[in-house]
Amino acid sequence: MFRIEAKKMLNNATVQLKIAAAQIAVKVKPGQFIMLKIDQKGERIPLTVADYDRVNGTIDVIVQMVGYSTIQLASLEVGDYILDVIGPLGVPTELDGYSKVMVIGGGVGCAIAYPQAKYLYNTGVDVSVIAGFRTKDLVILEDEMKAVSKELFITTDDGTYMEKGFVTTKLEALIQAGVQYDLVIAIGPVVMMKAVAAVTKQYDIKTIVSLNPIMIDGTGMCGGCRVIVGGKVKFACVDGPDFDAHEVDFDILMRRNAAYRGQEQIDYEHACRIFSTNEVTI
Amino acid sequence: MEHNVSERQHMPTLDAMQRRSNWSEVAIGYTAEMAKLEASRCLECKNKPCVGGCPVGIDIPSFIGRIKAGDIDGAGEIIKETNFLPAICGRVCPQEVQCEQYCIRGIKGEPVAIGHLERFVADHMSEPVSTESQKKSGKKIAVIGSGPAGLTCAGTLAKLGHEVTVFEALHSSGGVLVYGIPEFRLPKAIVAKEIDELKKLGVSIELNSVIGRVKLVEELFSEGYSAVFVATGAGLPTFMNIDGEEAVGVYSANEYLTRVNLMKAYDSSYATPIIEGDTVAVVGGGNVAMDAARCAKRLGAATVYIIYRRSEEEMPARLEEVIHAKEEGIIFKTLCNPTKILQDDSGKVVGVECVNMRLGEADESGRRSPIVIDASEHQIDTDIVIMAIGTSPNPLISATTPELQVNRRSCIIADEETFRTTMEGVWAGGDAVTGSATVILAMGAGRTAAYDIDKYLSERSE
Repeated sequence: MFRIEAKKMLNNATVQLKIAAAQIAVKVKPGQFIMLKIDQKGERIPLTVADYDRVNGTIDVIVQMVGYSTIQLASLEVGDYILDVIGPLGVPTELDGYSKVMVIGGGVGCAIAYPQAKYLYNTGVDVSVIAGFRTKDLVILEDEMKAVSKELFITTDDGTYMEKGFVTTKLEALIQAGVQYDLVIAIGPVVMMKAVAAVTKQYDIKTIVSLNPIMIDGTGMCGGCRVIVGGKVKFACVDGPDFDAHEVDFDILMRRNAAYRGQEQIDYEHACRIFSTNEVTI
Repeated sequence: MEHNVSERQHMPTLDAMQRRSNWSEVAIGYTAEMAKLEASRCLECKNKPCVGGCPVGIDIPSFIGRIKAGDIDGAGEIIKETNFLPAICGRVCPQEVQCEQYCIRGIKGEPVAIGHLERFVADHMSEPVSTESQKKSGKKIAVIGSGPAGLTCAGTLAKLGHEVTVFEALHSSGGVLVYGIPEFRLPKAIVAKEIDELKKLGVSIELNSVIGRVKLVEELFSEGYSAVFVATGAGLPTFMNIDGEEAVGVYSANEYLTRVNLMKAYDSSYATPIIEGDTVAVVGGGNVAMDAARCAKRLGAATVYIIYRRSEEEMPARLEEVIHAKEEGIIFKTLCNPTKILQDDSGKVVGVECVNMRLGEADESGRRSPIVIDASEHQIDTDIVIMAIGTSPNPLISATTPELQVNRRSCIIADEETFRTTMEGVWAGGDAVTGSATVILAMGAGRTAAYDIDKYLSERSE
């Protein structure tokens, strides 16, 4: 049983939970994830570790309320328990040996981009961050990301906050202005990662993406999280979740991630009723 | 009624039309009377040929003798001397190619139903009192994986007085017994009961412990474990590597069965989703393929196919499973092999393109190898495709333990007699060593390895 130590709503659809999980906290590295199962009848859901405190033995996860389990998770309060937390899983992001890195987060993907930026920043790397959101109300982790980057650029699709446009607009502008990056890390919606990969490929900049396919066990057992990378089948849970962005087949990933969408929509409305959450547009 | 001892008592089963829409156990089990009648068929041969066919060496004629005498607890004690999981083995062991194959009664008729009797004893014996070993070696041993090999090794070592911790990757113990084999063939309450009895022997189980990630093998030694038994099974699914396998609606049998059995996707009170198709095609001819097909039927599919590239005769599945599947309306398309998975614009499966096959010469496995028949391409419409064409060992441990050598098929290399690996203090057994095989072979490996671990530890402490 894993106790929830703190809870913070980052916007009306995104919650940050601090979970007591000492064994995971001492081991976890940026890019790794946990599997979590709320109660006996819950599903196993993968969540990337957004932050960790090795001394106090806690890990943070940031969750967007998109379906039954994420809404149920967001309904838990400080002092409540999660039945199973498994991790750290996946291969840590290879972050050593770079001098100038651009970290790009899209929406709740910032939760995963943040620990990467933090690690790089703390190891003396010149880190910039572009964080993209659909609209002002969805902006998360602004102060946190500002604290671990040399410069933070925020974009909103509708221009309601900071720069109007997509993360790729900003990225391309910076590259064209002559900034040279040895590495770009992009984490967010698949469509955003695909767009970033297309930009950096033109300029031949090494780019890593963190993929979020549907997973069950997280141990390489089911193959549900299979993705096509460089024409080969890879399991995101054990071979990833990070892959070379220029090798990933994003279209197949998008289609596979939509596999349960119909069922999820029904579950989502159902969950909103049982956990009395207002439906939100995300 | 006069009883003809040459006639075997057949296992009563639920009606096929009823059971295919529920998850109750198909084989109901013997009544006390049936068990006694069946036991009376045992000739109690002096040389006990059946025992030689049992990978864990149960004293079969002796336990059957106790059934004859009406002493079910006595029979249970005899079985439990060498087999900690009799209710499981009685249900899933392929007795027809093991103990029962050597039964003298089988020469001129049907062999004694040893498996059915084992199950009867396990289901009807009284709960054993706490049996924790009195002698304590003071040695800690780590077992990785709580499937049949791991549990048997753990139980044997605990009985020998060692302190055993089993590390299980999933949130529930039992390995393939809980994620793979469906409820209607092996009720999960029975698995839980047999595991609870192991806990009473002093075995402790740490769930959610993915060794190779959460902790490395070498860390177990620094935590004070004197020996490690790797029993991580063959969990890595195989795909055909044909076009369209990435389509939505293509499952590995492991994923499909995990969603159904471990995550209980068939029960609407559980949160895990599953795609329910009207038509389901399962590729493969083993027990896993039969399990997946029968699960699909129970989830409501109107049409379920088994697509297998050889003929029914070569199918690796147990005959009993094939018969049960057919009774439940599964359609067998043998000598047929998929070449491509067809999908619609949104990437959802709509069918499988197949070719017909004929059998050629026997290959190295001794089975006749299938050959494509020219111009036999045809399409089978389906919403779901389940790949049940085998599994290989999960590389998580071997990849993070450089001293542990594996062969070409990524199976851990272990001595056939002792199950010692290439790493000092580490043993391995079960499917992690053999590739996918049977529950009972894994148990045999677990038991043999346990005795060798015990020998190694006592030699070292001398």
